[in-house]
Amino acid sequence: MTATAEAPTKAGEVPSFDVTLRIQRMDPDGTPDHPAGEEYWEEFTLTMHGTDRVLDALHKIKWDVDGSLAFRRSCAHGVCGSDAMRINAKNRLACKTLLKDLNPKRPITIEPIKGLPVEKDLIVDMEPFFASYREIMPFLMTSGPTPERERLQSPEERARFDDTTKCIMCAACTTSCPVFWTDGQYFGPQAIVGAHRFIFDSRDEGEWDRLEILNDKAGVWKCRTAFNCTEACPRGIEVTKAISEVKKALNTGAV
Amino acid sequence: MSTADATTPVVEPLRPIRSGRSRNHAEQWSWLFMRGSGVLLLVLIFTHLFINLFSGDGVNQIDFAFVAGKWASPVWKIWDFVMLVLAMIHGGNGMRLLINDYARETWMRKTLKTLLTACVATIVVLGSLVIFTFDPCPLDASGDLLPGVPTFCEDVR
Ligand code: HEM
Ligand code: SF4
Ligand code: FES
Repeated sequence: MTATAEAPTKAGEVPSFDVTLRIQRMDPDGTPDHPAGEEYWEEFTLTMHGTDRVLDALHKIKWDVDGSLAFRRSCAHGVCGSDAMRINAKNRLACKTLLKDLNPKRPITIEPIKGLPVEKDLIVDMEPFFASYREIMPFLMTSGPTPERERLQSPEERARFDDTTKCIMCAACTTSCPVFWTDGQYFGPQAIVGAHRFIFDSRDEGEWDRLEILNDKAGVWKCRTAFNCTEACPRGIEVTKAISEVKKALNTGAV
Repeated sequence: MSTADATTPVVEPLRPIRSGRSRNHAEQWSWLFMRGSGVLLLVLIFTHLFINLFSGDGVNQIDFAFVAGKWASPVWKIWDFVMLVLAMIHGGNGMRLLINDYARETWMRKTLKTLLTACVATIVVLGSLVIFTFDPCPLDASGDLLPGVPTFCEDVR
């Protein structure tokens, strides 16, 4: 290769740009400008890099601009499921969303996930979500003596529920569901995903206990096949398909 | 052991937020019914639309005589009756789902569902009466046929 003209950026340098974050805020104790519990929008303009994610921008605000901003995060790498939020009106993980993929020329809106009570800024009370998960009994249920060694399973048996083992309990699916927004009693997609993981596991014997629970008034029949959950899942789980498989098991009586 | 028992705090199990399980699989039947009736309605409604609006002279043919002619046959009487009942129960059950979604207070749910049931029942009863007590050859006060009745009324008299 011949020598090229001087590049506008130095080799290895990541281009930077200005981006505005429009964040929905709420302080349960109130601030000088906002009474306790009021929801309001606040804008922050930052200089960020092409490799930065929404979470990096939130860190920058919290660490350098406004320490009172409240949000959850733990792993920062899409594993723990702490930082699901509504970014540009779609549920996503802040740590898996690059700013440059969101059109940084326009303000990026960030809200807490919908349908759960907001505690402060982007932090919601996850308890109703976890309560639904507990109700479908997310643990191995067996009868008979415990075997001496592992409970074996063929690759085909494993493949039936492989997709739903990937769930990280981020609540992006449940809080994207229009039925959950209007009726918080609905178990929600995640609880059905959690149940699916055991119902279709050949080693588990509690499938009919769980199916009976999901046959409830607030169970799978509330699902209207909106597909919001499948679109929201940061793990790429086919949530709507899993829900349909549970409906089919209930309708045919065969797991 | 015993000292540990005395000092170990008892952790209350977290209570589930829902209680009282399914009533005779009602929601499952509702779900299956919406799909079953949906398939039937597809056939019933589109055949109905085709016969009334498309075949023959199309939409211009619809007048009293056209309806009277159709209802002279028991097939169309039954057809329209099934369409009426299925559409009303299907639509009524669909509205019940929406009420369950949106109405949070028990009194509101009860009120709306009572109103809904009353509407469905009234429309089914009125519609059925129209279909089954229909007179294709109505007479005026002097005992003559009203204008616009189908031609077969002349023969019937
Ligand atoms: C053309 C034939 C029709 C088909 C194939 C059809 C099919 C369906 C299906 C499958 C559902 C269930 C949706 C779900 O649970 O996710 C549904 C819901 C519903 N249908 Fe129909 N339907 C038809 C005609 C009608 C008519 C004539 C009415 C009104 C009288 C009606 C009113 C409703 C309502 C109110 C709902 C509830 C909507 C909801 O749950 O969000 N449908 N329909
Ligand atoms: S199914 Fe996907 S979106 Fe729903 S909680 Fe699990 S990881 Fe999150
Ligand atoms: S911080 Fe753990 S998933 Fe985003």
